[in-house]
Amino acid sequence: MSVYLDHAATTPVFPEVAAAMAAQREHVGNASSLHTAGRAARRVVEESRERLAGALGARPSEVVFTSGGTESDNLAVAGVFRARREADPRRVRLLVSAIEHHAVLDCVQALVDREGAHVEWLPCDSDGVVQVEHVRAAIERDPQSVALVSVMWANNEVGTVQDVAAMAAEAHAHGIPMHSDAVQAVGHLPVDFAASDVDLLTLTGHKVGGPIGSGALLVRREQQVIPLVHGGGQERQIRSGTLDTVGVLGLSLATELAVQRLAAEGERLCRLRDELIEGAVRLGYGIRPGGVWTPGDWAGRLAGNAHLLVPGCEGDSLLYLLDAAGIECSTGSACQAGVPQPSHVLLAMGLSDRDARGALRLTLGHTSDAGDVQAVLAALPAAVERARRAAGVA
Amino acid sequence: MRVVAAMSGGVDSAVAAARLLDAGHEVVGVHLALSEDARAVREKARGCCTLEDSADARRVADRLGIPFYVWDLSARFRTDVVEDFVAEYAAGRTPNPCLRCNERIKFAGLLDKAVALGFDAVGTGHYARIVQGPTGRELHRAVDADKDQSYVLGVLDADQLARAFFPLGDSTKAEVREEAADRGFAVARKPDSHDICFIPDGDTRGWLAGRLGERPGDVVDEAGAVVGSHRGAYGFTVGQRKGLSLPRPASDGRPRYVQSVDVRTNTVVVAPGELLGVDVITGEHLRWCGSPPPVGESVPVSAQVRAHGEPLPGVATVVEDVVRVTLDAAIRGVATGQSVVLYAATRVIGSATITATGRRGSSVAGDHRRV
Repeated sequence: MSVYLDHAATTPVFPEVAAAMAAQREHVGNASSLHTAGRAARRVVEESRERLAGALGARPSEVVFTSGGTESDNLAVAGVFRARREADPRRVRLLVSAIEHHAVLDCVQALVDREGAHVEWLPCDSDGVVQVEHVRAAIERDPQSVALVSVMWANNEVGTVQDVAAMAAEAHAHGIPMHSDAVQAVGHLPVDFAASDVDLLTLTGHKVGGPIGSGALLVRREQQVIPLVHGGGQERQIRSGTLDTVGVLGLSLATELAVQRLAAEGERLCRLRDELIEGAVRLGYGIRPGGVWTPGDWAGRLAGNAHLLVPGCEGDSLLYLLDAAGIECSTGSACQAGVPQPSHVLLAMGLSDRDARGALRLTLGHTSDAGDVQAVLAALPAAVERARRAAGVA
Repeated sequence: MRVVAAMSGGVDSAVAAARLLDAGHEVVGVHLALSEDARAVREKARGCCTLEDSADARRVADRLGIPFYVWDLSARFRTDVVEDFVAEYAAGRTPNPCLRCNERIKFAGLLDKAVALGFDAVGTGHYARIVQGPTGRELHRAVDADKDQSYVLGVLDADQLARAFFPLGDSTKAEVREEAADRGFAVARKPDSHDICFIPDGDTRGWLAGRLGERPGDVVDEAGAVVGSHRGAYGFTVGQRKGLSLPRPASDGRPRYVQSVDVRTNTVVVAPGELLGVDVITGEHLRWCGSPPPVGESVPVSAQVRAHGEPLPGVATVVEDVVRVTLDAAIRGVATGQSVVLYAATRVIGSATITATGRRGSSVAGDHRRV
């Protein structure tokens, strides 16, 4: 039996969601068709849209279904940049946090490289928190040239939660739209689109117990977005492609369930997270948590995120040793051709390249229990000692 | 035993991994990322450290149901193999990077990390045999003489040999390809890699020129007369004929070959073939695959001076840190920097890096190319 502690990568589909999707898969029907089967599919899609909107404080018309987080982020960043610059060629500045997911980072870089965008990477502090003052200062240097502000709701590596509502207020004071990648936040923190005041919000199904390949971008009705994918114009002319009836059903059901269970589940996971971090720190290898951590608090750090910095180790050695011991986790950072790279998030937090390589991200989710925490704490000492020896020779 | 199967993405290492698993070992596949540009894609289907090769290796590991990891040894590969290769050429010598890689990367960086992580050994798809001899493990030539790779493994010492597996040594390449096809490996018909992996297009001189720059100089004959020019002495190897493009033919009309390369004067010396013959080879940086031969005694050996060279009968004598090999018959085209691997029949005794060559009777020329 393996212990799965990589829920931030993807979390198991809720059984009731899997059952509903399996049942829906039996039905033929393109939601754009006008006949009976098409109307039946359309009904499932629109009910899913209403369910998702209801769970997140959005209006149904604000839901644009996509293939997932990466597409939603690209649509928001590139789509708004192009629309805003088309309306006013001075708007070329993108104000983006340095700790975004690659779906935002690389999209921004592509716009800089090929479309004349200028980016200002908003720094974070040593806890991984982006200060609202930095957002304000960056805007005020030249408000009229800003196309978009984009700051993630919660970080996927160290779990730090950002004050996106305050940033949105700064942006709106100058009529600038605000996007937030909330892939790690939806279903794990209270997310209310209307109350948050952000204009575009990214979410995806497979981080909340829904299917991989189904996500959404919440877009305010008045927000102009130039589409990335052209075709039938199924989603408000912003996104084309035959709607995945089964996928959006799974996405909406899972999000609804996760939101319903959020209060109790957050408390439960937060206790497990604190046990894990406290236990790891007590092992005595100089292990410390990456990011802001206050025991009992899951408003500032995701309840399920235990990010550990293990001095003197390579994260990929730890990963192998824990995997061999039946524990599945992550270093938290992206790979290039299977080779873990030092995390840009940890580097932005001021860690050295060397320290950043000793990172381990253990993320808890709806199937996690106290036994999982005990198992990883039992396996860590041998893994750390071996990994240190390996770091000494390689 | 717990064994790391080094998986390049080629057919040989795939079958080697499968055989290690069949032999009852606990096997983990490891692909070495050796190129610092991890996004590199294969050029002309010849590399062994590209994104595509890594994906091929992963597919084989998936089929075998073994864990698979990519270990990044690119920084060490750059300093110990690539930079060493450039420095050797810059000094007028002709290195073999594959030996260097086996000595410093596969059976050092990789093996040491594997041992630290709790593994017992490293297995590769090299064609060579390990035989249990009276005094320990011995390294022998593979049964497939065309594929035999014992030469590039001649740098392994007894400790490294004790932790090595070469499961293909008793097979022919044809058998290995057939077995790969039977096992359903997609790489069964993947072409062999022949070139130096970090120079995928095979243009060593062009690659070196990009790093060392152009350094025009003279090509002179054995009498010292200028017979042509070159764009960098480092681009020439003793015995080379192609690429000289001499404007004036020799007076006797016979072909001329590179006899020596002098990087101090940036001169390439050419001579008729018969003047290139050497029968005395001196080597340093000695590596013994097991117990070293007795110091000061003349030991009959067969010597091999390049990867697919003929075994040459002769006598070797070790004095201090130097080996002197006297061949029964002279051969052409031996460059300093090349490795000489010494065999007793099929067994590898050890290896040395060639520092000087000469003719019997005349005093052995010192390494006039050294700087």
